[in-house]
Amino acid sequence: MNVIFISVFLPLVGFFLSSLFSLTKFIGHHESGKEKLVGVLSTLMIAIPFGIFATLFASFNGEAQIATLYDWFAAGAMSIKVSYQLDSLSLFMAMIVTGVGSLIHLYSIGYMHGDEGFARFFAYLNLFIFAMLNLILADNMVLMFLGWEGVGLCSYLLIGFWYDRKFDGIGIATTTDAANKAFIMNRIGDFAMLAAMFLIFQKISALDYNSILSQKEAFDSTHIFWITLLIFIGCTGKSAQIPLYTWLPDAMAGPTPVSALIHAATMVTSGIYLTARLSPLFIMSPDTMNLIAVVGIATAFIAATIGLTQNDIKKVLAYSTVSQLGYMFLALGIGAFGSAIFHVTTHAFFKACLFLGSGSVIHALHEEQDIRKMGGLAKVMPQTHATFLVASLALAGFPLTAGFFSKDDVLAKTFESGNYLLWGVGLVTAFITAFYTMRLYTLTFLGEARYNTDKHPHESPALMTAPLWILGALSLVGGAIGLPAVIQEQNWIQSFLSSSVASVQAHHLEHSNEWILLGISSIVAILGLAASFSIYSKKTVHVEPEGVTTVLYRKYYIDELYDAAVVKPFQFLASRLLAPIDNRIIDGLVNGIGSSMVGLGGALKRWQTGVAQNYALVITIGLILLVGYIALT
Amino acid sequence: MTLTLITFLPLIAALITLLIPKEQKQTIRLVSLLAAVGQVILAVVIWQNYNPSLAGVDDVSKFQFVERAAWFSVELGGYTVSADYLMGIDGLSVTMVILTAIVALVGVGASWTIEKSVKSYFVLYNLMSMSMMGCFLALDFFLFYIFWEVTLIPMYFLIGIWGGKNREYAAIKFFIYTLVGSVLMLLAIIALYASVIDPETGRNTFSMVAMANQQNFISGSALAPSEGNLLRALAFFALFLAFVIKVPMVPFHTWLPDAHVEAPTPISVVLAGVLLKLGGYGLLRINFPIFPEVFQQFAWWIALFGVISIVYGAFCAIAQTDFKKMVAYSSVSHMGFVLLGIAAVNSLGMSGAMLQMFSHGLLSPMMFLLVGVIYERAHTREMDKFGGLAKHMPVYAGFIMLAFMGNLGMPALSGFVAEAFVFLGAFAVEQTRLLSVIGTLGILLSAAYLLRAYKAMFTGERKPNAAYEVEGHHGEEHAHFHDWKGKVDLDGREIALLAPLAAIVIIIGVYPAPVLDLIMPSLNRVAEILSAAANVAMK
Repeated sequence: MNVIFISVFLPLVGFFLSSLFSLTKFIGHHESGKEKLVGVLSTLMIAIPFGIFATLFASFNGEAQIATLYDWFAAGAMSIKVSYQLDSLSLFMAMIVTGVGSLIHLYSIGYMHGDEGFARFFAYLNLFIFAMLNLILADNMVLMFLGWEGVGLCSYLLIGFWYDRKFDGIGIATTTDAANKAFIMNRIGDFAMLAAMFLIFQKISALDYNSILSQKEAFDSTHIFWITLLIFIGCTGKSAQIPLYTWLPDAMAGPTPVSALIHAATMVTSGIYLTARLSPLFIMSPDTMNLIAVVGIATAFIAATIGLTQNDIKKVLAYSTVSQLGYMFLALGIGAFGSAIFHVTTHAFFKACLFLGSGSVIHALHEEQDIRKMGGLAKVMPQTHATFLVASLALAGFPLTAGFFSKDDVLAKTFESGNYLLWGVGLVTAFITAFYTMRLYTLTFLGEARYNTDKHPHESPALMTAPLWILGALSLVGGAIGLPAVIQEQNWIQSFLSSSVASVQAHHLEHSNEWILLGISSIVAILGLAASFSIYSKKTVHVEPEGVTTVLYRKYYIDELYDAAVVKPFQFLASRLLAPIDNRIIDGLVNGIGSSMVGLGGALKRWQTGVAQNYALVITIGLILLVGYIALT
Repeated sequence: MTLTLITFLPLIAALITLLIPKEQKQTIRLVSLLAAVGQVILAVVIWQNYNPSLAGVDDVSKFQFVERAAWFSVELGGYTVSADYLMGIDGLSVTMVILTAIVALVGVGASWTIEKSVKSYFVLYNLMSMSMMGCFLALDFFLFYIFWEVTLIPMYFLIGIWGGKNREYAAIKFFIYTLVGSVLMLLAIIALYASVIDPETGRNTFSMVAMANQQNFISGSALAPSEGNLLRALAFFALFLAFVIKVPMVPFHTWLPDAHVEAPTPISVVLAGVLLKLGGYGLLRINFPIFPEVFQQFAWWIALFGVISIVYGAFCAIAQTDFKKMVAYSSVSHMGFVLLGIAAVNSLGMSGAMLQMFSHGLLSPMMFLLVGVIYERAHTREMDKFGGLAKHMPVYAGFIMLAFMGNLGMPALSGFVAEAFVFLGAFAVEQTRLLSVIGTLGILLSAAYLLRAYKAMFTGERKPNAAYEVEGHHGEEHAHFHDWKGKVDLDGREIALLAPLAAIVIIIGVYPAPVLDLIMPSLNRVAEILSAAANVAMK
């Protein structure tokens, strides 16, 4: 048995085990024993695959390896296999997913302690990793789609995990509403993804990546345009880009480890992964590429501006995620696929660290998420504070952190491609990023305590801080895998991924220019941090939205717009238009025919008078008519 | 003998039931259960001995388990009318036979709680079960017609006597709808008999197998396949109407929501699980292969109405507040895929249609069983009368989630494979490309109504006017339904009914090859017959 199968299916085994445990009740004090058992077991189900992937990685020679389990379905010209492909890209992604995944599982043991649905939570989390590994390792689009839908399902289940809690939003009252919104918006994207698969299949009668990429010449330019466009629309759903990004901030209704794992580090990056996977196809369609770059930078900018004004610690991080995903799509759009994956990696480290850190804070303050009611936590939660600070600096792009190198890589590549406008907006966005990051950090950890005096926050247990330290360290040094050419001639991640990701031949930057760009990035980040610090570290801080900030605080009223322009008309169509048509018109017609038959019967009934003379009369008249007719002809 | 036995086992049970005093309810139930178990065993025997390489369809020698006997021969003014007792199995019917056996058994299990006139109930139930099975096995059109009609009468009484408040309206509506179809079908059968000869005997025949071969039509006869024969189009539509009413296709669907809402749970299970499939099966076995050129002419329209059913049914489902009515409309929506798949006229689309019938034949009984569970406990199906049930009925919620996911086409469950086949098949053909893209809307809309239903019933807190009460201290709460004496969550019997269906749904989603292997050769043959007619039409 191939070790790949073991790595993919162990999380599924974990899902079944945890599900069984969730249905059993351990008596009394054994309940905490059950927690330990479930927690350790399901963490192992992720950590062991990570070990396997790490071993494979250590001995990886750059050659793609395909392992087929069985023929999933075959009919006519079609043959779809359950088959996994291990190449540099999928191996790298699988390591991120299982690596960060193990840490977050570990953290969750502490975070979910005492929760009624402890085992159910870990069951979903394991199922998620299983689906995610299918998404990444699949060698064909159908199996990838299984993972794609599977992560969507788990995301739905986990957003609505605390299904009886209130959650505020536009058209949203509970966590379940947020879950439904995520699922349905993703389905809109899936719709496009399916259409793309139909188009590919119609042309080459195959859906495995190798066939698609080796027969890419079979598609004409219109085909390529539509296929790549539709795939990209699919990605805007899962990876929260304009126009389908509004579900992600509401997805924060889920428990915080879920936000870290699914809605920051892994699932939302699957659109970037898929685009990189099919990069040879995408570079054949410059129009789609341009669109991706523009949508990416627009999302990055808009989400960052919204992030400036939010007061919910998780919402700020959510908009920051949308914004950073925008950067990744910018990188994809200009053909810097390796840089996009590089940013996926560092982002997974620092954003997971930030979310887990926020979870630690929320926990300490008894489910408080409003940064206006925080402050001064640095003293009472030193470990959370230190790691949160490091990850914040990485997010802000502070020089020499992981986020600095990856973001600079994206911006430098944009500059290199000659799209100076995109580069300029990217730089402005970087400034805004630094600004809101410092605002978040300052309001949460510095200044005076603004929370209720009856709360006594204290540092989280080691089970929760250990993952924070590891992720914090990675946010600091993770940039080493993709150092710029001026520091290290051979960029490791670019050359590692080169065997599975297309590269666009671009003129390389002069070393002097690259130094200048690095300098500009550093200055912008530091300026943003400094400006924000000078405002928000004051004793009295004004954070209530007013004027233009109301527009930002209200997220440009996009949710309201979607509600009025899409949701309401849809509901109207279903319940006010089509259902009445079915009831009144179609069924009315049916009943009408029925009652007119009854009426006709009633009318005819009158002829049956039962009076013999009448019958005789009718018979006579009939006879006369008949005889007359015969006589005339 | 296998086919005769599997068909008439329920009849034997019905006859035995007549001899049992009506007070011995448990004995009556057990007799029916035995018959249904026997049917499942026979279905397994058939499945194991079935040779999937033989196509069947228009060649009797390639049918399996064939049983043939002269049935009757009547002299009518110098004109002999004779019908055969001809039964056989091919890839079109084998999965349906297995499905019928499974669903009939589940139906018996679901009937366990029926207490009103148990004896007559099970007599009627067994008659219905017999005739359903007979429909899938009969190869003689007259025999088929008899079985087809016999399904109608027990169904009428089962809804009309054991149904809900408005049962008589629903029953008569169902009866009249299907009767209209049957009358038209009878006319078509008579015309076909006059036009087709059996190549072996040279005499006129009711054999559907002979009819599926255009060479067996007497030249110059009423339905002879000649250029511009309007009668053939008329006969086609006579049959078409009879079958699409059963499917049901919009706009001939309004009997279905009423019938489902009023029918008792086991009857809904059988209705959705098997009876609707009779429509799709009739189209594939009879309607299209006998009149392939007419079918080709109207294939686009059939696909269009399939897509209308998908989208329109889903929209209507969104508007429902009654759980069962929502599930009924979802049936309309999902059966639309069958029409779309067949109209693609390629083996991919057709196998998708067949798979969809099988998959829906498992998922919809699951859904109706689940509806029945809640109705039995709460005496209401208004979704807004619940809320927060996941906490008190976790096993129930788990099954609901699985059934919902299967229905909305989650990969690794049976619905996805079927719908993917239909879409890929329909998209591959120029004619139905756009329609298949519109049809994909169905998967979006089904997510909308199913998730909304889940939210209303299972999440959040118990609503103030909910159909159930919560008692006990914090952390120790338990729910109870008024005057419900049983377990709040699923009991053993209910799990035993749901679990096998769920297991098959998952198995087919993960590994559909066993089913595909059974159906592919025959569907390829049907596709050949239909596309050959297209080529002729083009020339």
